Amino acid sequence: MTTTDELVDSIAGMALFADLTTPQLEAVAHRFEERLFPEGERILRQGLSGSGFYVIVEGAASVVVDGTPRATLIRGDFFGEVSILLGESPVADVVALRALRCLVLPGSDVELFLLDHPKVMFRILQAQARRLRNANRWRS
Amino acid sequence: MAQLTSSGAATADRPFPPGAYPVVVVGSGPGGLQLSYALDRLGVRHAVISADDAPGGMFRRWPFFQRLLSWTKPFAPAEHGTRRYERYDWNSLVADEPQHRALAPRFMDGTSYFPSRAEMEQNLVEFATATGIRVRYGCRWTATRAQEDGHGNRFVLETTDGEYRCATAVFAVGIAEPFIPSTPGFEHVGQYGDTRPAETYAGRRVFIVGKQVSAFELASGLLPWARQLVLASPSPVKLSVNTRSLVGVRARYVQPYEDYVLGGGVSLLDAAIDGIERLPTGSLVVRARRTDSGRDVVLEVDDIISATGFVAPLLDLPALGVVTQGHSGVPAQTPFWESQTVPGIRFAGTLTQGSVGLRKHGLPANSGAVHGARYNALVLARHLATALGIEPPAGQVLSPDALLDRLVGELQESPELWHQKAYLAWVATVDPGGGFRDEGIQPLAHVLDAGGPDAVILTLEADGSGAIYPVVYVRQGGSVQERTLQPDPFLDFGGPEHRTELAGAIAAVAPGVVV
Repeated sequence: MTTTDELVDSIAGMALFADLTTPQLEAVAHRFEERLFPEGERILRQGLSGSGFYVIVEGAASVVVDGTPRATLIRGDFFGEVSILLGESPVADVVALRALRCLVLPGSDVELFLLDHPKVMFRILQAQARRLRNANRWRS
Repeated sequence: MAQLTSSGAATADRPFPPGAYPVVVVGSGPGGLQLSYALDRLGVRHAVISADDAPGGMFRRWPFFQRLLSWTKPFAPAEHGTRRYERYDWNSLVADEPQHRALAPRFMDGTSYFPSRAEMEQNLVEFATATGIRVRYGCRWTATRAQEDGHGNRFVLETTDGEYRCATAVFAVGIAEPFIPSTPGFEHVGQYGDTRPAETYAGRRVFIVGKQVSAFELASGLLPWARQLVLASPSPVKLSVNTRSLVGVRARYVQPYEDYVLGGGVSLLDAAIDGIERLPTGSLVVRARRTDSGRDVVLEVDDIISATGFVAPLLDLPALGVVTQGHSGVPAQTPFWESQTVPGIRFAGTLTQGSVGLRKHGLPANSGAVHGARYNALVLARHLATALGIEPPAGQVLSPDALLDRLVGELQESPELWHQKAYLAWVATVDPGGGFRDEGIQPLAHVLDAGGPDAVILTLEADGSGAIYPVVYVRQGGSVQERTLQPDPFLDFGGPEHRTELAGAIAAVAPGVVV
């Protein structure tokens, strides 16, 4: 178990939460749920409804599309937001490469959370813009 | 003449003396009792030990205001003793024998459909007595060692009566130890379990740390007495009627919230507490920062009660390598309730909520409550029996048409699917000899991820909108397709529309089923 203080210290160093004050970080630590996944466990399941928004606190995960690994996610990375924002099922599996500790927010809570924390929304937009730029570079 | 231990339990004829057992179960609350019952019926040799003197676990003491949150409906649209009735009875343990089923309503006096604490305790004592569950009471688990003995035993449980060796240890020790934050000055704060009789708070200013169920339970009880009530925690309050699930403050305790929104004097603060000081006058000062606005708050009050939740009394299990998660320090578990990090250490009862499952749409299973954990225990017992070489009888083989009838039957009758939505599933695999083999109830996460032959997997699910609907997963060639069926306002999934939908959903593996 991670104490709230330890969790706050841990997420304070992440780009996603870099703009939040300490009380806001404490609220994040309370509002998100901590989940652990052993190596090999699926966190997101391609094609299945009702997933959440995940932020990796510790460990690494693989993004797998139709059985093919496409990317590796590490501490500070997040996933699950695309299917929540679009109201669709995930288009990839996310599988723990080694023991993974995440913060999780249910999909239904994401909109309200982002509206309450526009700076976090801005950071997510920045990350998505980077992903889009990199995807375009691959194509060109 | 019976000897007495330090805790008062009679030692004469006490079962399960220290020694080696394939399975040792720790705890005599509903989780330990249900698991022991199921292991007995499957013929799995095991010992049950408990620090208490009698069955009941936390229900021997709590809830503080002596009334449960889980209902049992004495009058329901199903006969007592049927599987269907278990949908309406959240508090009885489940049994094979008709006379041992639906015990909870027998003890209820009709004043509420939430049993009193005492009625719940009677219900559990009766189940343990009538079904012949044996427990070594007054035997406290004190420490754990990982130690191979060359006979398959991996663990040594040290107890006040001596050492127990086992291959599998199942801990059903609840989550009833108060969580105490490290906030400076918290030594001035009373704990939930130490709350005084409500009338002693008459005319006082009471600050409750926490905004979850236990905080609102206390606030509800103190509404007629306290001069001022303030409830504070960093995140906003959640109400079960808004989440449309068991997440959040239950409807029974919403009165302080209504008082707050109508300006009656109750205050709900989204705030992180920086410190607490005692003044020479005896009153207390709380310093906090609001998490919504960032503003400082300083309050002078007469009493502070901590309702910051509970943690699991795991003793030295974390030192043994058992990792935990969340504010309650619940062990992180596999779909069959085994520690993710220490094989052979398993859990029963409310601790099974550490096997989270898919948590679709953010809605948890009901493993934290009796009406969910009791089915986890049945599945765990079968899993342990199989691991020990005691194969339960193979399931019946169904024709495709019979499969459709069975799917409808499970949706109408199955308490496992109703209470453990998107968590426990009914499974039928395509049988090499033709037809579909009934594989019984299994954890959904296991079925989806473990692979296997082509199969039909059935659940009931909810998405937080208030609707409850069937979901069929069809595994074919190793990949799984999900098909969500329509909800029904009367929760009746046996009509022609649902039969047609079900037939369509399974058509890939069961074509041409006659609706």
